[in-house]
Amino acid sequence: MVSFSAVAKRYPGGEEALKQVSFTVEPGELVFITGRSGAGKSTLLKLIPAIERPSSGTVLVNGQNVGALKRPAIPVLRRSLGLVFQDQKLLYDRSVYDNVMLPLAFSAHAPKEAARRARAALDKVGLLAREKANPIQLSGGEQQRLAIARAVVNRPAILLADEPTANLDGESARRIVEIFVEFNRVGVTVIIATHDQALVAAYGKRLLHLADGRLQ
Amino acid sequence: MSAWLRQHRHALVRGFGRVGALNALVIGVALALAVGAYALIESLRSVAGRVTLEPQVSVFLDAKRADAEALAERLKRDPRVSRVRFVPRDQAMKELAGIEGVSDLVAALGRNPLPDAFVVGAAEGQVESLAADLATWPGVAHVQADALWARRLATLARLARLGLWLLAGLLAAAVVGVTFNTIRLQVLTQRDEIEVSRLLGATDAFIRRPFYYAGMLQALAGSALALLLVAGSFALLNTEVRPLALSYGSDFRLSFVNGGDALATVLFAGLLGWLGAHLSLRRHLD
Repeated sequence: MVSFSAVAKRYPGGEEALKQVSFTVEPGELVFITGRSGAGKSTLLKLIPAIERPSSGTVLVNGQNVGALKRPAIPVLRRSLGLVFQDQKLLYDRSVYDNVMLPLAFSAHAPKEAARRARAALDKVGLLAREKANPIQLSGGEQQRLAIARAVVNRPAILLADEPTANLDGESARRIVEIFVEFNRVGVTVIIATHDQALVAAYGKRLLHLADGRLQ
Repeated sequence: MSAWLRQHRHALVRGFGRVGALNALVIGVALALAVGAYALIESLRSVAGRVTLEPQVSVFLDAKRADAEALAERLKRDPRVSRVRFVPRDQAMKELAGIEGVSDLVAALGRNPLPDAFVVGAAEGQVESLAADLATWPGVAHVQADALWARRLATLARLARLGLWLLAGLLAAAVVGVTFNTIRLQVLTQRDEIEVSRLLGATDAFIRRPFYYAGMLQALAGSALALLLVAGSFALLNTEVRPLALSYGSDFRLSFVNGGDALATVLFAGLLGWLGAHLSLRRHLD
């Protein structure tokens, strides 16, 4: 479903974030990418929705070489993925509900269907009661769950999350991971980058450990 | 409803939310200047149109040698002549004496210095050749073609129209500039939403569309405001212009632009708004 072969990424200025990374994630799998800060986890995740492009090697998503995609094809790829960003990227000028509605506007669902999907997504992460709140009023864990609701509202087959438990206390962090496990159980392929190896080891899922841009 | 229509409705609503009232006002005032000047020129033109623009040639006769009747016959046969009127010297004197301020002068002259004359109407464009020919006819002392004032009036009208076009061009540039700047600020304030939308898979067209609508709607609102401003100003001015015109025996009034011109103004403004948004997005988005 997601396949890296001999992928390297060098940023302008010479810094090499990824070196010869090869791995494959099968459909329906949940994979944790672990490693310290600066190990290249974020870079690896950004290659999948073509936010960054590989310097060499190929990244295949559903058989499509995303490193070679033309600009107009990128939105189509991104709409098929669910993205949870490290800094969440919530919009604080609108309600929780409207944040979740944002990706539904691009795909132009009928208003009733869009509202139903948005509420279903909020319900899954336990935020339905807070739909009228502003994201700024939410706790760190709730904001993270809102970001997840927004990522899954278009029902993607692949869900990517970059450090979704950073800055959360143990209890909130476990709750976040369990939400992802829940999505994985219903067939969604999930790739999560995290520095917290202790937290995720307990789930018995595959771990890919990155150190200094190389898979160990 | 199709997805396409739904996306455009979404963009229209978003665009409408981004229209700045103050910017629409600036556009309205700029367009009101152009529309007002146009309506003023059109109003004056409708008056000028009623004044006969047929060029005339005055032919003064040599009192000793002239045979007025023979000359009249000859003039009427000339194909370039549309109209002939004989003005005997006594009548000319009477007309002169009738002009206020000149009557005293005429009385002081004691005798009539004026010759008999013909006032000849000529077809447009043939005045000069006719006048030149007439000067060589026997019995003709002097020929005066007064096509000049007609030509001056036409030149003045052309000048006014040229000035109007220059003004309209400048103000159109101003409308594009105001829209450009509005959209630039909009893009800056919406930076977060644009970034997130891109990351989540919005197409470029989806992101741009509301800005195009905003630019267009703002200019449309401005043009509607401009028409209202001109209509209101003319109504106000006419309360003073009417009595003034009537005192000169004229039914002149400032008349508002017709429906076609009003529609053209609105559509053209919308186009300018679209253009301003387009230029701004090309410069400030990605």
